[in-house]
Amino acid sequence: MTAEAADLEVAKINKFRDPRYRAIFYQIVVVVLIALFVWYVGHNTAVNLEKRGIASGFGFLSQPAGFGIGIVLLMDYSSQTSTHLDVLIIGIINTLAVSISGIFLATLIGFIFGVLRLSKNWVVNKIAAVYIEVIRNIPLLVQLMFWYFAVLSVLPLVKDSIHIGDNFLINNRGVSFPAIIPASGFWLITVALLVAIVLCFVVKNWAHKRQDLTGQIFPVFWTSVGLIIVLPVIASLIMGNPFEINYPEYGRFSITGGWSLEPEFLALLLGLSIYTGAFIAEIVRSGINAVSHGQTEAAHSLGLSPGKTTRLVVLPQALRVIVPPLTSQYLNLVKNSSLATAIGYADITALFAGTSLNQTGQAIECIMITMIFYLSISLLISMFMNWYNKRIALVER
Amino acid sequence: MAIVKTERHEDLPPPASQTGVIGWMRENLFSSPLNALLTVVSLYVIWWAVSGIVSYAFINANFVGETREDCTGTGACWVFIKARFGQIMYGFYPVEERWRVDIGYVLAAIGLFLVLSDVVKNKKWPAVYMFVFVPVVCYFLFYGGSFGLEVVETSQWGGLFLTLVLASVSIFVALPLGIVLALGRRSSMPIVRMLCVGFIEFVRGVPLITVLFMASVMLPLFLPEGMNFDKLIRALVGMSLFSAAYMAEVVRGGLQAIPKGQMEAAKSLGLGYWQAMGLIILPQALKIAIPSIVNTFIGLFKDTTLVLIIGLLDLLSIVKAGTTDKEWVGMATEGYVFVAAVFWVFCFGMSRYSIWLENKLHTGHKR
Repeated sequence: MTAEAADLEVAKINKFRDPRYRAIFYQIVVVVLIALFVWYVGHNTAVNLEKRGIASGFGFLSQPAGFGIGIVLLMDYSSQTSTHLDVLIIGIINTLAVSISGIFLATLIGFIFGVLRLSKNWVVNKIAAVYIEVIRNIPLLVQLMFWYFAVLSVLPLVKDSIHIGDNFLINNRGVSFPAIIPASGFWLITVALLVAIVLCFVVKNWAHKRQDLTGQIFPVFWTSVGLIIVLPVIASLIMGNPFEINYPEYGRFSITGGWSLEPEFLALLLGLSIYTGAFIAEIVRSGINAVSHGQTEAAHSLGLSPGKTTRLVVLPQALRVIVPPLTSQYLNLVKNSSLATAIGYADITALFAGTSLNQTGQAIECIMITMIFYLSISLLISMFMNWYNKRIALVER
Repeated sequence: MAIVKTERHEDLPPPASQTGVIGWMRENLFSSPLNALLTVVSLYVIWWAVSGIVSYAFINANFVGETREDCTGTGACWVFIKARFGQIMYGFYPVEERWRVDIGYVLAAIGLFLVLSDVVKNKKWPAVYMFVFVPVVCYFLFYGGSFGLEVVETSQWGGLFLTLVLASVSIFVALPLGIVLALGRRSSMPIVRMLCVGFIEFVRGVPLITVLFMASVMLPLFLPEGMNFDKLIRALVGMSLFSAAYMAEVVRGGLQAIPKGQMEAAKSLGLGYWQAMGLIILPQALKIAIPSIVNTFIGLFKDTTLVLIIGLLDLLSIVKAGTTDKEWVGMATEGYVFVAAVFWVFCFGMSRYSIWLENKLHTGHKR
């Protein structure tokens, strides 16, 4: 058979039996189906919106919102003049506030219980196990409801507040504690704090270099703690204590003065960090278990103290295992903060995808903006944790 | 005269401080001063917690009675749960029709036992029973409208019954959809892959509440005039799509664990893509993924509580509604503790099952 004949033979075979052509065909079908679906949905939506008299678009963002918000941080808000855009920004700030504090607290709880779970002390070990198994198997929403309706709501009334010390009050309106109000000259304290933080890094680098050259170890940690405490104190003394302390006091119906945390915020923070902490504890436990025992033994035989063994040998290796699942727990925490809706904390979902949506009827815009916000937060946290993960990853030859 | 002992001396028992209860305690509880302190503190914490819980839930609790007036103890008042038990279990399902739900439970329980336990080796007929017969029969039983059964609108469904319906229907839809999405994500066709990656990453990046809001607020806008689903179906659509994305990632994990040689071997035997997937790859991949699938299901089961926010009366929201009743003021703790206990029993049971399964399936790859 000549070459041309062979080509002819191939050409005769049905094109549909060739995986390459088939793949193209399938993809065209998929694209056409999706396009039809999108067109159908878009058409229905347009018809429905027209019927309900809702103009699509983002014009509603500049309309006045006209409702009150319980918790407003870092912003001025009035129900008369503020717009839906302000509502969105307040929602974002509140979500970030509870998420960031939740991430710190959950990490703290998780690491403590993860280490306790590994303790050789049988009793301690079992306490941690019970905490983890109980908390992980109860829905977060039930826990939030429990904290809000069963714990924080039955706290005493304002006039019968529980006192811890003189100026720390607990009642059913939340927790109040003394506030520090900056006066003129406070800037020096801020500057001193920043300088202290920069100095810490300088000291760390210098100590590292010196250890490489001479082998002498410098107590970096305690030096840093000292710097961060001493410099601002000196600055404060120089300026003659440029701040006032505002103590919480009883008003007619509520506590005035001081800073206070609302029960909604507290319930959400407690619920989120206790729930996520249980998951983080399991991650920490398995991460530390993943470091082989030989590493610890080798460190001991080199004469490292138990503390140094943990800090310099076990933890850096465990972190490589811990960081990826830890990232997804952080992401879960941020997403779970949307459960705020159920207990009335004013986060982005409750305010913007809830109240604003109901007032304006702009369902598509409100939900899309809310989703885009969560998506970008997810992306940011993943990017940061990927960067961190790359930094601590094993450098292979 | 020989002073050398010729026979062997009896072994001395180990020192009393090294064995038995005392030895165990010395090693595990009091090995160092810090450890001893920790033990004492923990024992105090345990005593405080356990005595508190026991006196709250049992000793000082009320069990008998009908109304709020019977709550006389200082502890829990389980009368509240008892008085509303029917509602907590079935919602507003008519009392004289509740036997239908019970029959559904029995049918599903038999199916679960046959599919999950070791009693029947060949799972073909149990699977057909569980995944075809039970769903169809349950639909007609629960909703009614044929075979002389009265129609019970889904707005009357509630309590634990609704929670179980939500969880089982969502998993029933999510698993196949998740497998399709996972295959799509690993497909060699770029457009299909892009669509699947886009869907999975989008859904995994947003909270379930926003998906539920979307399903309850936006779905009616997407549908033509006059065509409208009820609230339950809308919630089910949202939950199924949401868990399908998570399921897809779990299945993808299983697929990635199968060596490439398996697919190549299947192809060299002349199997097509679907044959190779269905007969060679997926059975192995799903077997590896089963523990993670169960874990995803536990997550899904816990997430069903979120339907409270879009106004369905599941276990949590019916109890919440009960605690706001004027005649039962101050029953929040009892209510939420009860809900937590119910969820805990289900989820803990499933996680134990998953561990048992993991050990059982850990065969074939051992060396």
